Amino acid sequence: MEFFKQVDLDWMGKAKYFFALSLALLVVGGASLIKNGGPYYGIDFKGGTVVDVRFAGPPPIDTIRNGLTQQGIVNSTIVPVSDIANPNTNEVLINLEEKGQGSEALDAGKTAILNALHVTLGSGEAGKQDFNSVGPSAIADVLVRKDPLSLGAAAGDRYTQLARQLVNFRDKNHGGVLTNLNDLSAAGANAATIAALRDSFYTSNFAIINVEIVGPKVGSELRRQAVVVTLYALMGMLVYIAFRFEWVYGAAAVLAVFHDVLITLGLFSIFHFEISLTVIAALLTLVGYSMNDTIVIFDRIRENMRLMRREPFKLIVNRSINQTLSRTILTSGLTFLTVLVLFIMGGQVLRAFSFALVVGILVGTYSSFGIAAPLVVAWNQWRDQGATAVVTGTAAGNKLRKT
Amino acid sequence: MSANLKWKAIFIAGVILVCVVGLVGIPDAPKSLSVLKSNFANRIKLGLDLQGGTHLILQVQVQEAVSQETDQVLDNITKQLRDKAIRYDELRKLNDTQILVHNLAPEQAGTARNLISDQFPDWDISPAPGEPSGYLLTMKASHIADIAQRTMDQAQETIRRRIDALGLTEPLVAPYGQGENEIIVELPGEGDPNRAKSVIQAGGQLELHLVLDSTPYSSEAAAMAAHGGVLPPNSQLVQGKSTASASGQQSAESWYVIDRVPVVTGRDLRSATAVRSTKNIGYYDVDFQLSTEAGRRFGPFTEQNIGKQLGIVLEHRLQTAPTINGRIDDTGVIEGQFGEQEANDLALVLRSGALPASIKYLEERTVGPSLGADSIRHGVQASIVSLLVVMVFMVVYYRLSGVNAIIALVLNLIILLAALAYFGAVLTLPGIAGVILTIGMGVDSNVLIFERIREELRASKAPVSAVDQGFKRAFLTIIDTHVTTIVSAAFLFIFGTGPVRGFAVSLAVGLLANLFTSVYVSRVIFDWHLAEMPREAELSI
Repeated sequence: MEFFKQVDLDWMGKAKYFFALSLALLVVGGASLIKNGGPYYGIDFKGGTVVDVRFAGPPPIDTIRNGLTQQGIVNSTIVPVSDIANPNTNEVLINLEEKGQGSEALDAGKTAILNALHVTLGSGEAGKQDFNSVGPSAIADVLVRKDPLSLGAAAGDRYTQLARQLVNFRDKNHGGVLTNLNDLSAAGANAATIAALRDSFYTSNFAIINVEIVGPKVGSELRRQAVVVTLYALMGMLVYIAFRFEWVYGAAAVLAVFHDVLITLGLFSIFHFEISLTVIAALLTLVGYSMNDTIVIFDRIRENMRLMRREPFKLIVNRSINQTLSRTILTSGLTFLTVLVLFIMGGQVLRAFSFALVVGILVGTYSSFGIAAPLVVAWNQWRDQGATAVVTGTAAGNKLRKT
Repeated sequence: MSANLKWKAIFIAGVILVCVVGLVGIPDAPKSLSVLKSNFANRIKLGLDLQGGTHLILQVQVQEAVSQETDQVLDNITKQLRDKAIRYDELRKLNDTQILVHNLAPEQAGTARNLISDQFPDWDISPAPGEPSGYLLTMKASHIADIAQRTMDQAQETIRRRIDALGLTEPLVAPYGQGENEIIVELPGEGDPNRAKSVIQAGGQLELHLVLDSTPYSSEAAAMAAHGGVLPPNSQLVQGKSTASASGQQSAESWYVIDRVPVVTGRDLRSATAVRSTKNIGYYDVDFQLSTEAGRRFGPFTEQNIGKQLGIVLEHRLQTAPTINGRIDDTGVIEGQFGEQEANDLALVLRSGALPASIKYLEERTVGPSLGADSIRHGVQASIVSLLVVMVFMVVYYRLSGVNAIIALVLNLIILLAALAYFGAVLTLPGIAGVILTIGMGVDSNVLIFERIREELRASKAPVSAVDQGFKRAFLTIIDTHVTTIVSAAFLFIFGTGPVRGFAVSLAVGLLANLFTSVYVSRVIFDWHLAEMPREAELSI
């Protein structure tokens, strides 16, 4: 099977449309960024407290808000988690923004949020713990003390194992929220065990599945570091490409990658995705992809310049893009499919991450023929205008033969 | 099969064997699928974001230790200058690392300078700006770095001992970041971070001081007033709760005047244990035992001070001030109406020693196990589905050669995972991003080579030379793309921290593996296939 046998498209002739398209995307993204006052930073970069709570049913947002107000938390936001693949996650994120408080205040904020949840939502019975917020060791402790299976003194291991089993059942089969202790019979707990548990635990209709507290200093430091590290990596690539090709190729490739990152950031702003540390990893991945694509085309240009020394440079570039088009479409298509699957199936945690990759692969593929190659052509034209009226690839070809 | 090809095949089989052993292990040879699975799970360590657990980043306030050192040196210099009868108006600490000598007698300046450079080699002396006979003592930068390093090492060690004592599974305590005096603490699995946090944060400075004034004061001002506004020399004021009231009830805050120098400190402890209180029923006390050496000091001291009070000061707060009834050699008790866990934790902290400086939390993340499990399940499902899509496509598009690509891809993943297992690297979400990029570039290498071979075939070359040319031409491109990405991964590894590093490691390893699988292994398979098939047959690509 073959999709493309012989293609002969004038890519460089359309360069001005590519530039216009990129400019439009950059302007739209930039406008959104300006309107929103910069990217939506996740807690990693902004600092603050996020508590992720999962409920057994639809989250009682108003009740939570009242509870928070009663605990004296006024600057919090409650965001229901909605997911494309799974619109009813029954999850909310309670965000407490960091407003210049120290880390002690953040800690107090977290404690207050947890208190508010337990006070307003937990059908708390005095002296009992919430089954959904304990780990296996606490459950094992209770079982060993009560010994519902009458195993005697040396039963510690057996109960530890049972406790793990029960917690596993709670987390895997009930998504972390068990509303009735009787359900545990399905996980291998007999009536005596459940009765013993009921003496020490109650069940609420929620579970806290994630807590993050990031101090203000860390946030800004991470933000700075992410930018610096990316710039270093780009610089390293620029030097290598300049060494292998010519400096203008390196510059064009880096500019194209820069363009990809900026457009992706713009789209993040438009679609209200938050920038977290994982997203930074995705951005670095897209930098890698886009660079890879660009180098494949540059490599073909270098090769063709030796073969077609008398042809105009523009033609060489067109030919190179056409020759590699089949692989470009195949590779990008396949990787695009991969990340699309990740985007759809990857769950809420991976959503922003895979969104960056979905966008990144589209933009990264486009930029290698739409931005990087035309930039090199434009530079060649500009340089040759002074020297000769006829624009040929000879000059560049001679220069490149050394490499 | 030619001999050359045979050796190559044997080499590849060897690499595969080493990798498979790395992943599922020989020592406990897999007997069933479940053993195989659990072996695999034990070899590949998951990061906290996938496994669930708590991650803390804390900063050691190193400047406190530096400041303490300056205090000590200030004391020391004062004494030395006095011994040498060198006159000056004032000697005071200017900031954490500088001491100012005000108005040093000009004729003694030389002696003083010599004294400083002889006795305090870690300090520089220079004329103080704007003061004709003032001098500035500055701690040398190398010494500050030394103290910082020592403090960090000691803090890390102390925290590790405390965390280990909590009995959690595989906790991690390690330096973090670059030169910001940060320590990362990772507590995988279940658990309430608050207990770990309070144990880590506890200063644990225990000091036993002689109480000078037998009755505590109700306020700081009252204590000062009793001494005419100035505390007696070598004494200090500490806050605490008065426990000595007649009714036996806790009264309000009181202030005690105590000896400045402690008789015994936490460093002199041999052990500490929580015990049920005999006095406050339902509460716990902490018993401690002193080392023999400290006991030798403590015995005579208590003998001389019978009838006086001994202040037990924990973290600059007086806990109890029992009266010394007789000679005590090496035991004592801290009464503080503690709960059981509180007393246990205090004993633990005392046993593990005091932190050299206080600690600030910069970051705390707790990932619930259900969220981590969700991420893994989704991530694995998505990876499998996308791998299948890629495989089906490769076979449909490149026919038999597609099978070759699939072998290379699967082998690439095996090598990558095995390398992670051998390095003991941790797989995190960003690490998975690195794996995805690797898979993408692996597919890309195969597509590049296959498209090149097709081009050569189109130019009516024989299969053998088409394959040869295709690999040769594509190799240049593959090297360029891979080296560029490895260069960037190296930068990410050097300058990045935490998640970014995880990404860089799995990316670099994956790319190296890919160079091996898609260039070397694929070539061997092609060569073998070409050698087997009839000369005039067409290549299935």
